[in-house]
Amino acid sequence: MDGSLALEIPQIFPEIALSVFGIAILLLDTFLPKSKRHAATGIALAAIALTAVFTLGLVGEDGTFFSGMIVVDGFSIFLRITFLVVGALTVLASSSYATRENLAVGEFQALVLFAIVGMNLMAASNELIMIFLGLETLSIASYILLGIKRSDAKSNEAALKYFLLGSFSSAFMLYGIALAYGATRTTNLEAIGREIAAGSAGMTLIYVAVGLLFVGFGFKVAVVPFHVWTPDVYEGAPTPISAFMSVGPKAAGFAVLVRVLMVAFPAAYAKWLGLVWLSAVLTMFVGNCVALVQSNIKRMLAYSSIAHAGYILVAVATRNQEGVAALLFYTLTYALMNIGAFTIVSLVSRQGDRKTYLDDYAGLGFKQPGLAAALSIFLLSLAGIPLTAGFAGKFFIFRAALESKFVWLAIIGVLNSAISVYYYLRVIVVMYMKEAPDDWSPVAMSSSAIAVIALSVLGILQFGIFPDMLISLARSSVIGYR
Amino acid sequence: MPMMLQFANVLVFLAVGIFFLVFSLTLSSLVRPYKYSAEKLSPYECGENPVGSPWIQFNIRFYVFALIFIVFDVEVVFLVPWAVVFKKLGMFAFVEGLIFIAILAVGLAYVWAKGDLQWVRPEERGSLAER
Amino acid sequence: MIPLGFYLVVSAILFSIGAYGFLIKRNIITLFMCIELMLNAVNLSFVAFARYYALLDGQVFVFFVMAVAAAEAAVGLGIIVALFRNRQTLNVDETNLMKW
Repeated sequence: MDGSLALEIPQIFPEIALSVFGIAILLLDTFLPKSKRHAATGIALAAIALTAVFTLGLVGEDGTFFSGMIVVDGFSIFLRITFLVVGALTVLASSSYATRENLAVGEFQALVLFAIVGMNLMAASNELIMIFLGLETLSIASYILLGIKRSDAKSNEAALKYFLLGSFSSAFMLYGIALAYGATRTTNLEAIGREIAAGSAGMTLIYVAVGLLFVGFGFKVAVVPFHVWTPDVYEGAPTPISAFMSVGPKAAGFAVLVRVLMVAFPAAYAKWLGLVWLSAVLTMFVGNCVALVQSNIKRMLAYSSIAHAGYILVAVATRNQEGVAALLFYTLTYALMNIGAFTIVSLVSRQGDRKTYLDDYAGLGFKQPGLAAALSIFLLSLAGIPLTAGFAGKFFIFRAALESKFVWLAIIGVLNSAISVYYYLRVIVVMYMKEAPDDWSPVAMSSSAIAVIALSVLGILQFGIFPDMLISLARSSVIGYR
Repeated sequence: MPMMLQFANVLVFLAVGIFFLVFSLTLSSLVRPYKYSAEKLSPYECGENPVGSPWIQFNIRFYVFALIFIVFDVEVVFLVPWAVVFKKLGMFAFVEGLIFIAILAVGLAYVWAKGDLQWVRPEERGSLAER
Repeated sequence: MIPLGFYLVVSAILFSIGAYGFLIKRNIITLFMCIELMLNAVNLSFVAFARYYALLDGQVFVFFVMAVAAAEAAVGLGIIVALFRNRQTLNVDETNLMKW
């Protein structure tokens, strides 16, 4: 047992590298003199680059390791890369933010790395308990990240709300895992699938278990009716962390949801499909309609992220390979546009995250045209205007929905995209049609923030104008998917 | 369910216990005189008059130490099964366990270096000396 | 031997008490205790199933859940202390800076 396990360690090199570097950053932050602590950002980026190399080295692997606990396949590798992109952008965006807000850069970056470890483990788990551990690694890191502005009451409150509701939902998920274990005597996803197919499992327990699991994941990805924490948490959180929370945990949660439902519980999922359908429709409508009346940009983006969770839930509901490929495409491109938008919001909000209202954007188009143009691209992409990645993502999701005969879901989705155009355009109108206030102070830029914005814009245009490359990569990642 | 009968004596024990409590409290409430006064209604603190609110804030240090204790408390949960069988599992499990301990040791070093293991933190000590 | 069903019923009752308490209580520490109660109710289910099927893994899961609960407790109490320092209250109804 010892020799074979040691040989499998390369399969989790990405996670090991991230953990080791995270711990190293924490130690450096403690033992280095204060003037050298900003090195943490560079180390974190190096860690992510090294991890990307390890992850790409796994391409072509397809199998389960560590007694069936870890699965390495195209799906998990694609997601790991997505999380590394999210992590790299978050590290870059937060380095200047942490300096501006006088936060400990090292702790910040180390926690982001630990959060990526959690997401990676979720994507690569083939086992309910591993999924739970990955989710908790991610959640505990994000509780601290949300509350990292210790003297800021809003940040405290965001951390508290996410902590209470997050652990409440984890308990539900854990109960679902216990019931699934009780019904099938195993927590391995494939083994659960086999037990259920063989008819040797108690189906009542399974149905309850799937319901509880959906509640748990629903909280993490913020679908209606489990979305109430989202706006408060995103508003109170440090802005780069709002960006991270709106894309990272969401992508990880949806990925795991897809894997659990399609590998372990396909039959039970079919029973719950009506509720998933309803939840997707409600999520889209609630997110978009409440976003219409928001005056705080962070809250507006929070409701917009709820709406986007609804679109992704449509992809989950399709239950076909095209839908899963669309989900992969959407989560990656959504990460680019949302992190880009939040980064600009973070810059415009100035020190202390004070200027987050719509009026604070008046005249930005004349004062700082480059910044306004970039924000416009992000918002247009979020709205799903053609030639942006957002359009391509929505197109693939709705086409997958049509293929699996969810005509109404596709129609409602398109309708909702139309609603969403209003509140995204409103920001652009304010930027270009209103005069800047007399006491206008220029938005301070930093090279790392510019890098985030430039990379996101490039990605959005690249995947928006030439989506074929990424979607075919996503499709080939799904093919090995059992 | 004959095997359930083993638990019948637990039930009897429980019933007798509850009965005894209810019986003696009821009996004493029937025979005792009712004469309340402000003195009698105040909380009993060894015969002294209570001073101030009992809801005082404890030093935050207690909490930090309790947390550090929890970390090593839970560590033992994992180390005990490992210690029982690691001879059978061989070198790999031994190294794995050492890595686990090393990570927690890093945590301890972190707390130590941050000055959280001292009852009075270095930066506070300066301000205390000035007073 | 007490049959499996008894354990599961106790576990379900404990879990429901925890969830109910979470929804009606107002003190943050109490909410936190309710969550711990829910986690431990799940642990009881795990152990009961493991014992019933004579499998060991259910008992190992409990270790992991305990470790996670300890980590959550550490972080959660840290958040609560930070909140109390800024707001001087532990009532969830009073932590309402942000509303829509």
